[in-house]
Amino acid sequence: MAGSTGTESATDGSGRLDRRLLVERLSSYWLGGAGYFAIALFALIVLTLLYQSLPLLSEYSVVQMLTTSNWDPAQNEFGFLPAIVGTVYVTLLSMAMGTPIAILAAIYIAEYAEGRTKTLVSSLIDVLAAIPSVIFGLVALIVVVPLVGDYVAPAFGSDTTGLGIFTVSLVMAIVVTPFMISLSVESLEALPDELRESSLGVGATKWETIRSVLLRAAGPGIFSAILLGFGRVFGATIVPAMLIGGQTQLPDSLFATGQTLPTLIVNDFGELMSLPLTQSALIFVGVMLVVVVWLFNFGAMLVRRRLQRRWQY
Amino acid sequence: MALDRYARQRLFGWLARGAAALVVAVMLGVVAVTIYRGGRVFLTDPAIAVTPPGSRYMLEGDGGFLHAVLGSIFIVGPATVVSMVLAVSTAIYLQSDYSSERFADAVNMFLNVLWGTPPIVYGVFVLTVIIAVGAQTSLFFGIVAIAIFQYPIMTRYTDEALRSAPETVKEATYGLGATRFETALMTVRAALPGVVAGIVMGFARGIGDAATVLFTAGRSTNMPGGPFEPATTLPVLIFDQAMSFNAEVRSHAYAAAFVLIVAVLALIFASKLLAGRYARFAPGGRHS
Repeated sequence: MAGSTGTESATDGSGRLDRRLLVERLSSYWLGGAGYFAIALFALIVLTLLYQSLPLLSEYSVVQMLTTSNWDPAQNEFGFLPAIVGTVYVTLLSMAMGTPIAILAAIYIAEYAEGRTKTLVSSLIDVLAAIPSVIFGLVALIVVVPLVGDYVAPAFGSDTTGLGIFTVSLVMAIVVTPFMISLSVESLEALPDELRESSLGVGATKWETIRSVLLRAAGPGIFSAILLGFGRVFGATIVPAMLIGGQTQLPDSLFATGQTLPTLIVNDFGELMSLPLTQSALIFVGVMLVVVVWLFNFGAMLVRRRLQRRWQY
Repeated sequence: MALDRYARQRLFGWLARGAAALVVAVMLGVVAVTIYRGGRVFLTDPAIAVTPPGSRYMLEGDGGFLHAVLGSIFIVGPATVVSMVLAVSTAIYLQSDYSSERFADAVNMFLNVLWGTPPIVYGVFVLTVIIAVGAQTSLFFGIVAIAIFQYPIMTRYTDEALRSAPETVKEATYGLGATRFETALMTVRAALPGVVAGIVMGFARGIGDAATVLFTAGRSTNMPGGPFEPATTLPVLIFDQAMSFNAEVRSHAYAAAFVLIVAVLALIFASKLLAGRYARFAPGGRHS
C-alpha cells in the first residue's frame, strides 16, 4: 500500500481523493439546485402572474368577467366570454379534424408500414413536427385563406374574407397532427408482439386486432397524446393571431372572425400597456392559460392511471 | 352489416394508408410552398438576408432583414447555451442518485406542466418582470424568454436519453469506486447521441418560436445595438410582415420564411448526423 512506499505518494493519493470528494460535494449542490429550479421557475411564473392580476381581481368578480361579453379595455369593460368561446370553438374543431387522422396515420406507421417506407414516413413526420408555427401561418395566408374565402365558406352559405375560426381550426389541426402522431406511434410500438400474435392466432383479422386489442392496450398513451395536442391548440398564439381576424365579439358562425385567449394578449398588449388595469387583465389571461394547462395535465395523469388499471393486458 | 370482417379490414387498411398519405402530402406541401414562394424572392436577390434594413423598412421594404437574422442568432444562441447547462443538470439530477424517487416524480410533474405551458405565457411573464424592474424590452430579455421556453423541452429530451442509457454503465462505474458525479458524467457520455439530438432540437424549437420574443425583445426594425437595446428575430419579422399591404414588405416575409425553414431543416439534419457520430460513445455501437 501507499503508506509503506513513502509519504509523498500517500498524501498525493489522499489529495486526489479529497479533490474528487470536493468536486462531488460542489456538483451535488449545483445539481440539487438545478432540480429545484424547475419547481422554482413554475412557482415564480404563477406567483408573478397572479400578483400582477390582483388589481383586476380586486375590482371585478371573476364570474362576472368570465360570463360577460363586453371587451372594451378603454372603457374598463373586461368580458372574457368572446375570447373563451373562440378558444373553445377552435380547440374542439381542430381536435375533431385532427384526432381521427392522427390516430389512423399512427396506426399505419406502427402496424402497416415496413422497412424503408416506415423509416422514411416516421422520420419525415418527426422532422415536420419541428417546423415553426409562424411558417404554417404564412403558408395558410397564401393557400388556405383564399381557399376558405372563395370555396369552402360559400359552400356553407357564409360570406367571409377567409380569415376566421374555421381557418384557424383547420391550420391548427395540421400543426398538431404530426405531434400527436409521433406520441401515438411511440405508445403503439411499445406494445409486445405477443399481443398481436395471440390475437391473430385466435382468428381475428388485422383490423380486429388493432381495434380491440392494440388500441385498447395503447389507449392510455394515445389518450395522453390527444390531451397534449389539446394543450398545444389551446395555447397556440401565432397561427390564431395571423388568421383569426382579431375581432372581440361572440362568433355567430364557424366562419366568423373572432378572438382566442392568446390572441387577445397579442392584439391588445402593445397599445394598452399604459393602462394598468388592462395590463392586469391581459396578465390574468396568462393565469387562465396556465391554470387550464395545469388542470389538463393533472386530469390526463389521473385518467391515464385509471385507464391503465382498466385496460390492462 | 353491409361489410363482412374482411372487407372491413381492407377498408380500414386503406383508410390508415390514406390518412398517412394525407398528412405527409400536406406537410410536404407546406414545405414546398414556403420554399417555392420564399425561394423565388430569396434567390433573385440573396443580398436581402445580409443587408441592414432601410429607414422606412416596415412601410416600403427598402434594405434587407439582416437585423432579424443577427437578432435570431444573438438571442437563440446564448439562450440555448444557458438552457442547455440547466437542462442537462436537471436531467442528471433526476436520473442519478441525487434525489428520492418521490421528489423526482414531483419535479417531473412540474416539468410536464412547464412543457405544456403556452409560449405566450413565458412572454407575458418576462414582460411582467421587465415592467417590474423598470427596464425596456431588449435583446437580453429575449434571451431570457427563449431560455425559459427551451428549458423544459431540452430537459425532457435529455431525461429520456439518460433514461435509455444502459443501467450497466452506472453499475460498472460505481463498482470502480467512482463518485456520483463521475458516474453521472459517464452516463451522459453513454447517452450522448440522444443528449446532442435533444439540444439541437431545443435550438430548432427556439429559433422558430415567435410568441415568447414578441413582447420581450422589442420588435425593433433597426440593427441590434447591444444587449440592452431592442432587437427582433426572424419569426417575429415574418409575423409582422406577412399581412402587410405592401407587396415588397410581404415578399420579405416569404424570403425570411425560406431562410428560417432552411435553417430549421439543416439543424434537424445536423442533429441526426451528430447523433450518428456520437453513437461511438454509446455502449453497443453505432445505432442512434
